[in-house]
Amino acid sequence: MKHRLTILLAAAVSVLTTLAHADLLDVEKDILKFGFIKLTDCAPIVIAKEKGFFDDEGLSVELEAQGNWKELLNRVITGDLDGAHMLAGQPIGATVGFGTSAHVLTAYSLDYNGNGITVSNGLWEEMKPGIPKDSDGKVIHPVTADSLKPIAMKAKSEGSKLKMGMVFPVSTHNYEIRYWLAAAGISPGYYFDPATDQRDIAGFLNSDIELSVTPPPQMPQTLEAGTISGYCVGEPWNQQAVFKKIGVPVTTNYDIWKNNPEKVFGVSAEWAEKNPNTWIAVTKALIRAGHWLDASWENRDEAAKILSQPNYVGAPYEVIKNSMTGTFEFEPEVDVRKMEDFNVFFRYNASYPYYSDAVWFLTQMVRWGQLTEQQSDSWYDQVAKKIYRPDIYIKAVAELIDDGEFEEADFSAAYEAQTSGGYKPPNSDFIDGNTYDGTKPNEYIKSFNIGLK
Amino acid sequence: MNAVVDTDPIVQEEKHPARKTFSYNPNKVAHNLDKLGLGYFSPIARLIGNDEPAKQIREILENTFLPLMAFAVFVAVWWISSFYVVSDSTKIPSPDETWRAWGGMVEFAQAEKLKEVEYYKANEERALSMEQKAADAAAGGDATKAERYTGLAEKFRTKIYQGATTFFDQIWISLITIVVGFSCSTLLGVPIGILCGVSKKINIALNPLIQLFKPVSPLAWFPIVFVFTTWGIEQPPSTSIWQRALWTSAGVVTLCSIWPTLINTAVAVASIDKDFLNVAKVLKMGWFQKIWKIILPSALPLIFTGLRLSIGVGWMVLVASDMMAQNQGLGKFVWDMYQNGDTQSTAQIIIAVFFIGAIGFLLDRIMLVCQRLVTFEEQNI
Repeated sequence: MKHRLTILLAAAVSVLTTLAHADLLDVEKDILKFGFIKLTDCAPIVIAKEKGFFDDEGLSVELEAQGNWKELLNRVITGDLDGAHMLAGQPIGATVGFGTSAHVLTAYSLDYNGNGITVSNGLWEEMKPGIPKDSDGKVIHPVTADSLKPIAMKAKSEGSKLKMGMVFPVSTHNYEIRYWLAAAGISPGYYFDPATDQRDIAGFLNSDIELSVTPPPQMPQTLEAGTISGYCVGEPWNQQAVFKKIGVPVTTNYDIWKNNPEKVFGVSAEWAEKNPNTWIAVTKALIRAGHWLDASWENRDEAAKILSQPNYVGAPYEVIKNSMTGTFEFEPEVDVRKMEDFNVFFRYNASYPYYSDAVWFLTQMVRWGQLTEQQSDSWYDQVAKKIYRPDIYIKAVAELIDDGEFEEADFSAAYEAQTSGGYKPPNSDFIDGNTYDGTKPNEYIKSFNIGLK
Repeated sequence: MNAVVDTDPIVQEEKHPARKTFSYNPNKVAHNLDKLGLGYFSPIARLIGNDEPAKQIREILENTFLPLMAFAVFVAVWWISSFYVVSDSTKIPSPDETWRAWGGMVEFAQAEKLKEVEYYKANEERALSMEQKAADAAAGGDATKAERYTGLAEKFRTKIYQGATTFFDQIWISLITIVVGFSCSTLLGVPIGILCGVSKKINIALNPLIQLFKPVSPLAWFPIVFVFTTWGIEQPPSTSIWQRALWTSAGVVTLCSIWPTLINTAVAVASIDKDFLNVAKVLKMGWFQKIWKIILPSALPLIFTGLRLSIGVGWMVLVASDMMAQNQGLGKFVWDMYQNGDTQSTAQIIIAVFFIGAIGFLLDRIMLVCQRLVTFEEQNI
């Protein structure tokens, strides 16, 4: 019988190289629409569609680019979208009620790293003399904001603060650029000032520089227009600046925090409750896509080609390829470095939703005054467990192993994380060497010089 | 004339040179062509009828070559500016780059069609493999499992392809959106306008609101309409064309395009010849009959002028409202391409601009023909 099946499959003319031998789940909803923002880290969703992984699960999926993060989140909450590519902070921000308030869940982490901080050519020329260099005259990485501090302080004393952009108040970019600035003693501003009980939705309170929101694809234009002199954004919008010679990336978030969580696949709690099997089936397809993306550099190259299509990211293939295939260009044509971990989709257990990642975002929300209440360590744990759903991830993994798609060994890290409680061990892979232990959030918040305590 | 409506009726100047020679056939054809908005062809019709051939030939040449020359100058300026309007991050694409971008758009649409074919092929394979499993299960004596696999095979066979939306799909969605938005603005604007025209009290009551809302930008209406559509419209499955975003966008179009219709209707009704109303009195017509038989027909020309302006405004705001509402129309296309940030994407936006202009022109022509068909003085020719 098995033989007949293989012959049948081989004989048939097919566009697909692999067909799942899946024992399909009984999905509640098989016609779905997912949203994404034009960034390379939407790759797992695009690949799952283009490689037929969704189809293998019996799902017919439409992907639709969204204008900005707020709209994307709104449309997931109202049910216009079944799910979406989200900033890791979005489900958390929404669930704890900072900004738009709604219960949003995630069972799949789309990627690690992938962001950079780019400054304008003018600011780079000012910063460069203050950055340590090696014997060849090459800038030594990681680049801290130390050389930015005198420039920012001078601008502040002259009455016009340095302006920089990030993509969303609860985005990784906001917390990363804040982390980077604060590590050098620059105050990026607070959303709440306990001394005066004042709130500021723009987060400018007591700041040394001004950090404002700009949608990712508009970053290069805004930088060129001179509205901001630097920004923190995901790819391809740093390499785009390099390509067009309008800015220089100074650091990547890999240097700010190695293997930091970046985007997740988010769904509304209401949707998840109505479509539990669909959620598992979608997660299965995403896991296969993440695995495919990290399987070889050839796959990454193919992914860069697919992403450059106008209906996906739409930036030129050369620009997308730069960061997707393990290199990153800092100074245009002068400083190209190998960075194999610039984008991680599957390695290091990147697609498993760790509770400790959720807790880290919560600590930063408290640090910058987005959350104003003092909370116990157990509150952090409860909130993380309300939003992050590794149980769904593990169910999807079990299904994939059952289908014969993967070996149990492929997911040893995920199983280990699951049995050890879903928290990463304490690590100090940060630019300032600070140690983060997800089980002790209050202690962590108190460890910062700059930040509310 | 109603004193309260402080806006003048918005009348567009139309040139209808009165023809005195009714018996002359080519002239009649030419005039009808004019009426249908095909004035370009009327000298040709006259030429066929040998009516002042020298004058007609001159007119044909002028009508053909003057616009062509202007277009050539436009393309030349565009072409030259593509060399100079260049910044680090972006540039104006040249006419030939734009032409190539158009080729790319057509190619993309064709590739999308191919993918659809492949999709059904792949799903047929999946169905076959399910049937194989069903056969295996049946042979193994597991009837429930066999039934389930047969069901799954059936499911794969009936799946609908959900591909990328192409430029041509987006034109289609935009047209549907403008039809919906414009229909709503007509269905609301004309009755309210009639009420305002018939009753001075209603006019006094509504006029401040009308004046207040008339100048509001579509971008400001969007968030408010969004709340209403989110509250009132159940999101259909994603394969349906009647997405909530389409309703939101159409709602914004309605709110922005209703005003010329409403105001023109009110003014037209208010300024009806008193003799007509006296006729209605003499004939002892009822209120509704009076409106239907007397007021509406005599107000029609001005109402249609309003409608023509409305559809123009509606089409103009549609691009903006599509952008905001993420309705899959031309506005979304422009926004997506803007976000792509490739030189080719600017070229594609230019293509979209030509299409938006051409469709707007076409819509205007259609309304113009309707407007001329209801204008009295033309009807006895």
